[in-house]
Amino acid sequence: MSDQRLLIRGGTVVDPANGIDEERDLLIDGDRIAAVDTPGQIPDPGSSLDATGCWVTPGLIDMHVHLREPGYEYKETVQTGTLAAVAGGVTAVACMANTLPVNDSAAVTEYILERARLTGHARVHPIGAVSLGLEGKHLAEIGEMREAGIVAISDDGMPIADAALMRRALEYAQLFDIPVIVHEEDPALAADGVMHEGQTCFHLGLKGMPSAAEEAMIARDLAILEQTGGRLHIAHLSTAGSVRLVAQAKQRGLPVTAEVTPHHFVLTEEAVRQYDTNAKMKPPLRTSADVEEMVAALRDGVIDVIATDHAPHHRDEKNVEFEEAAFGIVGLETSVPLTLQLVRDSGLTRSAMIEAMSARPARILGLEAGSLAVGMPADVSIIDPQHRWTVQLDGLHSKSKNSPFAGWDMVGAARATIVGGRILWPQEKGTE
Amino acid sequence: MSFAGDHLLGLDGLAREEIEYLLESAESFREISAREIKKVPTLRGKTVVGLFFEPSTRTRTSFEIAAKRLSADFVSISGSTSSATKGETLLDTARNVAAMNPDCLVMRHGSSGAPHLLAAEVGCPVINAGDGAHEHPTQALLDMLTIRDKVGRIEGLDVAIVGDILHSRVARSNIHALRALGARVRLIGPPTFLPPVARHWGEVHHDMAAGLRDVDVVMMLRLQRERQGANFLPSLDEYSRYFCLNAERLQLAKPGAIVLHPGPINRGIEIASEVADGASSVILDQVTNGVAVRMACLYILAGRARVAAVEERQVV
Repeated sequence: MSDQRLLIRGGTVVDPANGIDEERDLLIDGDRIAAVDTPGQIPDPGSSLDATGCWVTPGLIDMHVHLREPGYEYKETVQTGTLAAVAGGVTAVACMANTLPVNDSAAVTEYILERARLTGHARVHPIGAVSLGLEGKHLAEIGEMREAGIVAISDDGMPIADAALMRRALEYAQLFDIPVIVHEEDPALAADGVMHEGQTCFHLGLKGMPSAAEEAMIARDLAILEQTGGRLHIAHLSTAGSVRLVAQAKQRGLPVTAEVTPHHFVLTEEAVRQYDTNAKMKPPLRTSADVEEMVAALRDGVIDVIATDHAPHHRDEKNVEFEEAAFGIVGLETSVPLTLQLVRDSGLTRSAMIEAMSARPARILGLEAGSLAVGMPADVSIIDPQHRWTVQLDGLHSKSKNSPFAGWDMVGAARATIVGGRILWPQEKGTE
Repeated sequence: MSFAGDHLLGLDGLAREEIEYLLESAESFREISAREIKKVPTLRGKTVVGLFFEPSTRTRTSFEIAAKRLSADFVSISGSTSSATKGETLLDTARNVAAMNPDCLVMRHGSSGAPHLLAAEVGCPVINAGDGAHEHPTQALLDMLTIRDKVGRIEGLDVAIVGDILHSRVARSNIHALRALGARVRLIGPPTFLPPVARHWGEVHHDMAAGLRDVDVVMMLRLQRERQGANFLPSLDEYSRYFCLNAERLQLAKPGAIVLHPGPINRGIEIASEVADGASSVILDQVTNGVAVRMACLYILAGRARVAAVEERQVV
């Protein structure tokens, strides 16, 4: 069915990898991009999609997602998670290794890819564990997993306390030219904290996670990186101090990249005020000064990537005492409108937005994606930046509904999501 | 003026008039406890359920006596006999209790914010009897009642709170009440118990002598012994060297200054026996006032449930 041609006309092509940000028509032939040209130049092949008023971008890539399969299918599956992805305009996700069993072997990697082939909507790129069982002791068989299809390694969720293991991971991963993605949190400093340590935390009588818990680990890993080389990607920055450390490291030419989640550039610790467990995540929501720094760092390119850390949890895991509740929120279906808010109000260019949501994650993970150049796979997101909608939890496609954005009025949504030349969003009736 | 809330979860955000209304109500109930027959029929036929997920002797006893003096039936479920140990969630326990139609729930829980979760779920008033390090509103109300009684006012007083502010729900509720009622608050303790953000709530002192100078009221906090294991302090001995309220240090306060402590006291650690048993101590008055304050809170909240139910019947 992919040997058809489809013309996307009338839209604005935003393709930072090729320096394009203007009205263009785009032709897909089968599963590849066949032509990009000024409006009206490409003859209608008989099948076309009107993108007037929309942005036509390389498929968005969310490089930090928890699909929960295998092991936690009651929270999310490859099927529901990738459906949420395409509904949010995302054509590819990289999924973290903290499944059950942990993705620390080729067998689990192959299983995830098999589930993706059978049930997936968006493309799925597994991330392997750094250490066996995420226990932070012994390196997993990274080569075996790489051959099976992983695109990076990470013990996300379990910070690597052992500096020597971190060193060996950065060294060994160079054998396969894949990045080591780190969740930076000093376990002793963060201890049993449940929110940002600051004024709100003191007020609410909750245990805090200080900014220093994140910054101390980033400082450590940058020092190790300087010695080992390799590629370090720092997940979900949340503090102004972290941004400063990354900026300095980049100035020194260290091979480091960094990401931020929409919730860390939109929400502050204030969201916890009523003990809302959907505002509980790691790293925690910080202060308004930190939020300002996130936005500035995105504008300046100090932060390379926007990724959601989509972390589905069952309602029973959230509808408990704040201290008992699971960390994390879903994010795939709200990242586009939340980021568009920065484009409208905070001086982020749309080209920078698409770079952070597509071109750069593609480059970091070594994917054949993130560009609309002729011959590239036809992964295309069509974004309507004006579409108004209200977040209703029942309307989310993720199996879990743990979002702090319930009831928020959003502007911007995916008009269509095309993966390998096939329109996977909106869904044709009866295909769900 | 009256008390507008459906629940008493904390004193944070309450208007001065609301706190004063609660205190005045408590004053009017105090007389009942001095009678020979210490019982009035005010809450006859009402059921008050105490959910104590954390050990509590004096607060539970105080609530129980308060409920019984108002003729309410008081049933108490403690942590060890509840289903919490069987893995039942807080909300499931609460829903089951709520299904038995209580008129008021009183909850003590080790987790900050737990009463908020409960209040959102059950259809009856909830009184917070202490949640984690967050609030203990009835304790602060009885402290306010005691200060008003002994000093005559709260507005304009200098009040020092001494000890483990970081982990203290008693401190938080008292800070909110004192600020609402116009007192000046000083917070005294080692920096491990007083993070930099504490300065938003009061004048921070690490030196006991400087902090106590010319205060009208000293509120001591109980030191949890497990804090030394977590390195908040090197030893109880060293803590008492710098922060124990002894007679000599109390001399620095205004003549006639009073000393409060929520109990149970650690003699010789945060408070010397000479002070705890001395003329300045109002510790037992606090306990007496605790019953009156809890009678007032039960009357206002459990009593209101009856009003609503009666109105509902009339509509039908």
